[in-house]
Amino acid sequence: MKFGVIVFPGSNCDHDAYHVISKHVGQPVDFIWHRDTDLSSYDAVIIPGGFSYGDYLRAGALARFSPVMNSVKEFAARGGFVLGICNGFQILCEAGLLPGALIRNRDLHFICEHVHVRVETTETPFTNQLMIGSVLRLPIAHAEGNYVCDDQTLEELAREDRIIFRYCGEGGETTDDSNPNGSRDQIAGICNHERNVLGLMPHPERACEDLLGSADGRDIFRSLAATLAAHAATF
Amino acid sequence: MKAKVYVTLKPGVLDPQGKAIQHSVELLGFNGIADIRQGKYFEIALDGSLDQASAREAATRMAREVLSNPVIEDYRVEIE
Repeated sequence: MKFGVIVFPGSNCDHDAYHVISKHVGQPVDFIWHRDTDLSSYDAVIIPGGFSYGDYLRAGALARFSPVMNSVKEFAARGGFVLGICNGFQILCEAGLLPGALIRNRDLHFICEHVHVRVETTETPFTNQLMIGSVLRLPIAHAEGNYVCDDQTLEELAREDRIIFRYCGEGGETTDDSNPNGSRDQIAGICNHERNVLGLMPHPERACEDLLGSADGRDIFRSLAATLAAHAATF
Repeated sequence: MKAKVYVTLKPGVLDPQGKAIQHSVELLGFNGIADIRQGKYFEIALDGSLDQASAREAATRMAREVLSNPVIEDYRVEIE
């Protein structure tokens, strides 16, 4: 199984993602420059956090036009696994691979802190090694993480069990106080209809070692690795 | 010829920046403000090779596909 980490001008969590895949997942991983277009050798692609194109126009808006993004769309359509973290989530929404949008945080500030998120479903390639209702402690670092979507989209996300993570308190309770950025329905992460594309605002790749304050993010990458291993066994 | 594109948040989409601006404006002593919404304005200078209709069509496409995010924003195009 082979992973790729896409690098845009302004990506800054690319090395963290690379480190986690090579050290904790123990699998081969490449950086993929945003002008490259050949994703044929990869099983999973990570769109990392950062400030692609300086967040000009809107966060993630310009990265959508990088040559690699057409390849990511084709890759996803073929069933390849795509994980967008923070700016990666914003890019996936701008590119239309995930519904909704991320707008300015409710309280305007850039928020950089550890928060809690609740696992809402394990029926995804990214959470199958987790338990429903378990609470992960993960860092967030964003100014535009306030998830918005229309009523119809929200209803569809809920009905199809596509809300993967919700912001919550330490004990898993979802109250307005435990919503750091004002996201609709406390949404921290969603997946697409086919369930092979996941976007989330928190940074699991920065929470894979106790030294960093939390190792809760590891199970997300382990889930993806388990999925890929199962796929490889099937084919 | 110029194309002017105005991008504004759709009604109902929270605009915390607009709210903060309104607060500051009110601190300055202005009263009677019901709401302030922040938007974006783009001025696109055209080189004259397009007629008015084609310019409008091009600017509208730019507004729809790049300058605005249709999930949260509306746009308006003027050609002059």
